[in-house]
Amino acid sequence: MTVYVLRRLTQALLVLFVTSGLVFGGLYLVGDPVEILVNPQADQEERARTAAALGLDRPALEQYGIFLKGVFTGDLGKSFVFGRPALEVILERMPATLELAFLAMVISVGLGIPLGLYAGLRPHSFGAKTIMAGSILGFSLPTFWVGLLLIMVFAVQLGWLPSTGRGPTTEFLGVQVSILTWEGLRYALLPSLNLALFKLSLIIRLTRAQVREQSLLDYIRFARAKGLQRSRVIGVHLMKNILIPLVTVIGLELGSVIAFAVVTETIFAWPGMGKLVIDSIFQLDRPIVVAYLLVTVFLFILINLAVDLLYSALDPRVRLTEHKG
Amino acid sequence: MTALLQVQGLVTEFAGREGRLRAVDGVGFSLARGEILGLVGESGSGKSVTGFSIMGLVDAPGRIAGGSVKFDGMELVGMTDGELRRLRGKRIAMIFQDPMMTLNPVLSIETQMLESVLAHDAVSRDEARRRAIEALGLVGIASPEARLAQYPHQFSGGMRQRVAIAIALLHRPDLIIADEPTTALDVTVQGQILYEMQRLVRESGAALVWITHDLAVVAGLADRVAVMYAGRIVEQGSTTEVLDAPLHPYTRGLLDSVPAANVSGGRLRQIPGMTPSLAHLPTGCAFRDRCGHADRACAEIPGITLRGSRQVRCHHPL
Amino acid sequence: MSAVLPAALPAPQTPLQRFLEEFFDSRIATLGFVLLAAVVLVALVAPLIAPQNPYDLAKLDLMDSRLAPGEKGIGGATYLLGTDGQGRDMLSAILYGLRVSLYVGVVSGIIALTLGALTGVCAAYAGGRIEQFVMRVVDIQLGFPTILVALILLAVLGKGVDKIIIALVCVQWAYYARTARSAALVERSKEYMEAARGLGLSGTRIVLRHLLPNALPPLIVVATVQVAHAIALEATLSFLGLGLPPTEPSLGLLIANGYEYLMSGKYWISFYPGVALLVTILAINLVGDQLRDVLNPRLAK
Repeated sequence: MTVYVLRRLTQALLVLFVTSGLVFGGLYLVGDPVEILVNPQADQEERARTAAALGLDRPALEQYGIFLKGVFTGDLGKSFVFGRPALEVILERMPATLELAFLAMVISVGLGIPLGLYAGLRPHSFGAKTIMAGSILGFSLPTFWVGLLLIMVFAVQLGWLPSTGRGPTTEFLGVQVSILTWEGLRYALLPSLNLALFKLSLIIRLTRAQVREQSLLDYIRFARAKGLQRSRVIGVHLMKNILIPLVTVIGLELGSVIAFAVVTETIFAWPGMGKLVIDSIFQLDRPIVVAYLLVTVFLFILINLAVDLLYSALDPRVRLTEHKG
Repeated sequence: MTALLQVQGLVTEFAGREGRLRAVDGVGFSLARGEILGLVGESGSGKSVTGFSIMGLVDAPGRIAGGSVKFDGMELVGMTDGELRRLRGKRIAMIFQDPMMTLNPVLSIETQMLESVLAHDAVSRDEARRRAIEALGLVGIASPEARLAQYPHQFSGGMRQRVAIAIALLHRPDLIIADEPTTALDVTVQGQILYEMQRLVRESGAALVWITHDLAVVAGLADRVAVMYAGRIVEQGSTTEVLDAPLHPYTRGLLDSVPAANVSGGRLRQIPGMTPSLAHLPTGCAFRDRCGHADRACAEIPGITLRGSRQVRCHHPL
Repeated sequence: MSAVLPAALPAPQTPLQRFLEEFFDSRIATLGFVLLAAVVLVALVAPLIAPQNPYDLAKLDLMDSRLAPGEKGIGGATYLLGTDGQGRDMLSAILYGLRVSLYVGVVSGIIALTLGALTGVCAAYAGGRIEQFVMRVVDIQLGFPTILVALILLAVLGKGVDKIIIALVCVQWAYYARTARSAALVERSKEYMEAARGLGLSGTRIVLRHLLPNALPPLIVVATVQVAHAIALEATLSFLGLGLPPTEPSLGLLIANGYEYLMSGKYWISFYPGVALLVTILAINLVGDQLRDVLNPRLAK
């Protein structure tokens, strides 16, 4: 077991290393951040000074070397725009993104599994057909456009919910979280709904497919032949078999949701990592972009690992054969 | 003595692309307490569907379209699912063909056995556990307490089937329907399971319907035999009578095609033609296209001819 | 004994006929197909049917800007879908935008399909270490959300039609590669492959004549999903300001342009391009769904 985890971690580190190199190299070729940060009227001397202050006057490889050294000490460079350590800036904004992603996952799983279950158990009912039609619509709708519509309808026309920004935060486990208050939730509702839409449709379809596939298998019929209550046959026998593949997909989708928050944060002016990185790309604030990348990749790796562990915890066939060998 | 199980004119249909197909077309037989009936037929003959129909486990697009199934005087056809559920597992139990697929792979044996007990009897978990261990012991599984905590994939095929049998016996049912329980097992294991089942059934006094395509199995096990073809029972009677002196050409053909029956070095005898699909059955007797004795009379569906305690569906019984 | 005479069978259908029959069996899929055909047609003839060339700056009149749908402009022309902030006719802009969106989506899809399929199939054929390595790369890339990869690539590459096509190809090829390899694996283990190798058929021939054609059905299914995804992704990226330059606006950019007018109630500038986008993606998905059901053996039983 530990061998497995170690192997995955080394793999992960390799990926991180390669990606950081690629990104660093790529970004280095793009534009000149000095131009953006410096007053256009500034003379050559001032430009040189700014370049030196940012470490941009050194050759590329040396910059990369400094960067690498910094990684091991947790120093990913200083943001050109903010003047603070890039990692610090990213981590500051991370809770906002994570809570949005979390809320979106709660919505999509909390609604998706029951709806998919219903659609799978009664495939020819009107309800099921509506759900499936809705799900196709759900993942054909362009997320950002829906976001705009949501703002237009709920904020501008109806005035029920705020259109942009994040609500007031409270402290939770040392982190600033906004969704623990009603007021905070009001702000988070539209963006997380927007983010959830696509995933919701996906989960509905996946659940339904699983239900249809598993319902035909013999163990369901055997469970009924034993005289078990229908609620138990579905709630225990079917659900446990469905949850296993479902959990893996959901876990992986979490990473995708975190990445896609970039779009939602931009539309709703939500102060998370995503909005930050978009702004940083335009402002050529490379340290932020690189830091963002490393942090998100690291998150994904963690999530992947957690999903693997969860899978082996849920499926006795996997868990026990590992121990045997 | 009234029969424990009385099936009359059972018709089960499936709605499909080619219209409504009758997987079970007018099947009738009766079973007394403690009797073992062998239901024999090729795949597609409707034998498994008969078993499911008795249990009320026919799912859409199939449905029981007619006939009656009387169990201990109660009419099962038309019963609500709730009433049937109370009988299933408790008074009528079923064993399926492939135990790997019938036992839920992600639930422990303990969960699957205890839930069976607790579904029908309001006893404590400890009592249920005790009964499960007892049942496992009954079917010959060593160290049953340890085995309870395990999962189906940790058992061999034969062992899994024993577990399934143990589950079937938990409530000492009056009737057990076994749908090809040994087909998926190795030959040596088959023999063991057959022996165990026979012993257990005799000891508990349960009636048994053993569904199979293998005549040899039936020969050693069953008191009576019913042969099915294309959804109909073509011959019924005591095992010795049917196997020694078959009345229906199909039964004769089946017996002849068993390799052991032939003189070594002689040609293997086969029934000519192929099993027809239910969508393309000939009018009248379903066997006529493959029968050496067929003539114009066979264009009519043969009724049931009685010969003593035996029944046969044929215009020209042997 | 009467001999068994087979009943007269209907004339055998070619696989293509059977496929078409099964495909159009579903009303929804037929609808999707019709929609898709309409969208493609419209996009192709856009320059001919658009009331105005939205990129001919000389023809634009700022006085006409921000007109609501159905209003008449200075010159007397009725703008069916209104105008945007610069006086462009929305209908024309949408038609041209549709063109760009489809172009980018389809071209990137085709290139990614070719590259990915060849990679996957060759990897399956090569086997051993090479296959392991290639598939490892594929898996790693598939572990990254597409939007992240595209974002970073465009940050590096900058704006332009060709750049966004490159980014989209980079994002999609892995999916095709994985599908192609799985399909090829199935074929590879079949006995006739042994025979082919035994006969000394060259690798290229085996790959092209045997492995590739069998990988096609699942690849087609994946392709529909991917093209829809590519179109949506491109729209998203354009919306964010990356990818396409303002001179070649896709539907995404049009929607972005309308963002600032949302608050003042001039919804049409963002709304209608979005509808066009939705219809396109929806049509592709409907067709793709049915393709999957039809091309996948033993599914909807």
